[in-house]
Amino acid sequence: MELPTLQDLNLAVTLPSMGLALWACVVLAVGLFLPERRRHWNLVLSLGGIVALFLYNLTLFDLPADRQSAFLGMYRADNFTAFVNLIALVTAFFGVLMAYEYLKRTHIDRGEYYPLLLISTSGAMLMGASGDLAVLFVALELLSIPLYIMSGLRRPNAASEESALKYFLLGAFSSAFLVYGVALVYGAAGSTDLSEIFHRVNAGLILDQGLLLAGAGLMLVGLGFKVAAVPFHMWTPDVYQGAPTAVTGYMSVGAKLGGFAGLLRVFIVALPAVSGAGDATGWQDTIALIAALTMILGNVVAIAQRDVKRMLGYSSIAHAGYILMGAAAAGSPDVRDFAVSASLFYLLAYAFTNLGAFAVTVAIEKDDATNPQLDDFNGLSKTRPVLALAMALFMLSLTGIPPTAGVVGKFFLFQAAVNAGMVWLALIGVITSVVSAFYYLRIVVNMYLREGPGEAQAQRSFLGVAVGLAAVGTFVLGVAPVLFLDLAQRAVLVALGG
Amino acid sequence: MENTPISLTTIVTFLPIAGLIVVLFINREREDIIRWVTLGTAVITFLASLGMVAAFDASNPGLQLETYYNWIPGFNISYHVAVDGLSMLLVLLTTFIMPLAVLASFDPIKERVKLYYCMLLLIETAMLGVFVTQDLFLFYIFWEFTLVPMYFLIGIWGSENRVYAAIKFFLYTMAGSILMLLAILWLGVNGDTFNLPTLLEKLASGALVFPEGVEVLLFIGFFAAFAVKVPLWPFHSWLPDAHYEAPTAGSVILAGVLLKLGTYGFVRFNLPLFPQASIDLAPVVAALAVIGILYGAWVSYAQKDVKKLVAYSSVSHLGFVMLGIFALNAQGVQGGIMQMVNHGLSTGGLFLLVGMLYERRHTKLMADFGGIWKVMPLFGALSLIIVLSSMGLPGLNGFVGEFTILLGSMGSNFLAVGFTVFAAVGVILAAVYMLYMFGKVYMGPVIHPENERLPGLDWKEVAVLVPLIIMIFWIGLYPTPFFGMMDSSVDALVTPYTAPGGSVTAAPELAPAPVAAGEAASVGLAPGY
Repeated sequence: MELPTLQDLNLAVTLPSMGLALWACVVLAVGLFLPERRRHWNLVLSLGGIVALFLYNLTLFDLPADRQSAFLGMYRADNFTAFVNLIALVTAFFGVLMAYEYLKRTHIDRGEYYPLLLISTSGAMLMGASGDLAVLFVALELLSIPLYIMSGLRRPNAASEESALKYFLLGAFSSAFLVYGVALVYGAAGSTDLSEIFHRVNAGLILDQGLLLAGAGLMLVGLGFKVAAVPFHMWTPDVYQGAPTAVTGYMSVGAKLGGFAGLLRVFIVALPAVSGAGDATGWQDTIALIAALTMILGNVVAIAQRDVKRMLGYSSIAHAGYILMGAAAAGSPDVRDFAVSASLFYLLAYAFTNLGAFAVTVAIEKDDATNPQLDDFNGLSKTRPVLALAMALFMLSLTGIPPTAGVVGKFFLFQAAVNAGMVWLALIGVITSVVSAFYYLRIVVNMYLREGPGEAQAQRSFLGVAVGLAAVGTFVLGVAPVLFLDLAQRAVLVALGG
Repeated sequence: MENTPISLTTIVTFLPIAGLIVVLFINREREDIIRWVTLGTAVITFLASLGMVAAFDASNPGLQLETYYNWIPGFNISYHVAVDGLSMLLVLLTTFIMPLAVLASFDPIKERVKLYYCMLLLIETAMLGVFVTQDLFLFYIFWEFTLVPMYFLIGIWGSENRVYAAIKFFLYTMAGSILMLLAILWLGVNGDTFNLPTLLEKLASGALVFPEGVEVLLFIGFFAAFAVKVPLWPFHSWLPDAHYEAPTAGSVILAGVLLKLGTYGFVRFNLPLFPQASIDLAPVVAALAVIGILYGAWVSYAQKDVKKLVAYSSVSHLGFVMLGIFALNAQGVQGGIMQMVNHGLSTGGLFLLVGMLYERRHTKLMADFGGIWKVMPLFGALSLIIVLSSMGLPGLNGFVGEFTILLGSMGSNFLAVGFTVFAAVGVILAAVYMLYMFGKVYMGPVIHPENERLPGLDWKEVAVLVPLIIMIFWIGLYPTPFFGMMDSSVDALVTPYTAPGGSVTAAPELAPAPVAAGEAASVGLAPGY
């Protein structure tokens, strides 16, 4: 066997994820030697790396075909990867920005936070780029393990420890599901390469159809856990509630992004030929059903929550349901490309909106780190009008009311579902959107229509920047979606060779 | 389609946003400047809309003053706005009512002034956007966005139960619109465009054909959104709460313009897009409309509170509009559009009157008034005109609309005579509850000593009421220019329902040759429907 040359490895295109992981090591090493008063270098270095890679990543769209593959096909550098990278770097940017002052004032300013966050982001990016099931598994662990640690950052606080332990145990469990699924798929198809699996399934060269289905099902369970889809969502509210708020904010987008990137990559590239009814793939109905359950449960249970982080936790479950609707629609060959770009666009819209909502939640959290309640928003529009306005925008966007990113994103997802002939799923989507208005509006009601002390904890500049950028992003994606839709539309998921 | 330069329609639609941006830069302590800038913006918008009328060619039934911009190219979504005879009057109504609503807010609104006027400007753009948009996606955006400022107007500046009313308003109307969203998506997906004119062309040419049963479902999808907004009985229960709790200007905007978004939606979308379903369901919709007319009138009579009475009277009046529209002939639709304007003027006026009474006495109960005419004679006289206009007295605007509607429903090919008869009963009932209210509040002796020294109207209140009264007389005595504005567009709209050989009567492949058109009509249209 010939040894691969450096050129075959094509390292340059892997730079966003690989570079971020390396940069995390640099930040970690530098962080060790930083005295207390120079801690801001953590922030500067992390943001600098993220921004540089973000700009670099923009050059990775529309690469020539021979440069789209690295590590002999293990890493795919197509437009899908580039778009996932883009969302991931945005998420990491906000994750760093909203944590800096928060960690200080709640006395958990540990230098590890930044490298952990960067490594986790690199895992999320790698999930989208994986061209091989083995890479997918490694990426999942890379994404998850830092998150377990970050959830427990407020040691020895019981809630935070509970959150970390719960997340770790259930996460390990789900990883086991995933890796067992990988093994079964390998057993059935004789390869872990996604394109290779596709061609073998397509050509009917499968050892055992049952084995393949079981493997696909187990992988769906493992990824479903990451994106918090019903019925694999049980951990979400507790983990969200217990983890430090800035971590929850990052996790609510970063982990979901990784999970969805992997899910779309595997199921659309490797498994579209799994037989099903008509010309749709076999997994379409299953994912559609999960999407429906996820939307219903997430939205309905969120109504009963008083704790803001728990409410946003259930809301994040609901949004996983909406994106799963896009994934289900991608099971129809005609709609596949549209559904993938709709899902990616929604992930970006969700990233800006949800990170913004968490940034405001961080702002109103008290220094003793007690969990913010819905009543803490009372009267915020009088004491902090701009903050309240931004939060109102985020809530409208999560509900799907114009002029925000959320409504455009939802519109395309519903369109994908209708396009794939799943009007019933779109119907559930729109009905649950109305249900969601109920609990999102509650925050708006508290901020604008009720009197109260509603105070944000002092003026925090970096957090303010985060809220402002998220608000701008939410608004701009709502009125000029073209800017990113164009990029999202170029992301096409398809197996190589033929 | 090619992108076009910005037209006057776009400018008028977004002028309030320009004003909003100016207001945002004013310190919130400088409340008077904010008020005057808002009023100035609303007046300029009105003047600009008069410019639209000047540029508007009433003999052309098609779209005019268009702006087309390829907004989201890959997704067949465009920014496409224009006016025609169906929307021109409603644009005018909006820009006419807004300055009055702003002026009427000068004294009553003392709290969070800046936010308040921002919301008024936002809602003006949203409403204008709904009236002028020709793209289904854009329409949905404007349509949903009207909820946001109204929600705040009711929720922040309303009376005691405002939070409940605001949430109810929001959830009810949003629940209605989501079914429309599905219908829009179906049309967009299967028609390959969200552009309304293109969709209509495809339907006419047979490039887009509804499968069996789908047309009715799509009709119902749009119907759900519009029926809640109108509101058509039995979807009206949010309206009395919203009206009752809203501040005066909120009620004026709600009654004056916002409800018309629903009736306008029927004219703009249901009638041209789903002709067969419109015909099939016309008796059902008309029945709901007539029930609403009678029910609204009956419940109005039972009210002890003036504002609630006026709120329920809206249900009754909007029933007339719906009846006219679903008569599916030129007179009915013209009367319907005319009555949308009339209701905006007269009911908007009634809410202004209630607001003026409330400012003086801080009560809206009829029992707390009596003999107001003696105390405030000018106010009494102006009130009488508006009340009579709302009742439909000949010579005033209400009569013109209601009479045309009744003519239309009487001559309708699709509605039985009974609808007209019951609706006519509603006209009489309107006189009963309106005069009852007028008698209790304005006539008789002054029974409460608190009412003896009420101050008369100030210049702002006169300035608000006089333009309304001028319009009430103008439309009542000389409605020709207003009907002229919509004539050709309405004729084009009802062609499939009345003209021989229209696309309704036969599927495209069976479409009769031009020569045989007359015969086909007599066979296909007359008895069956």
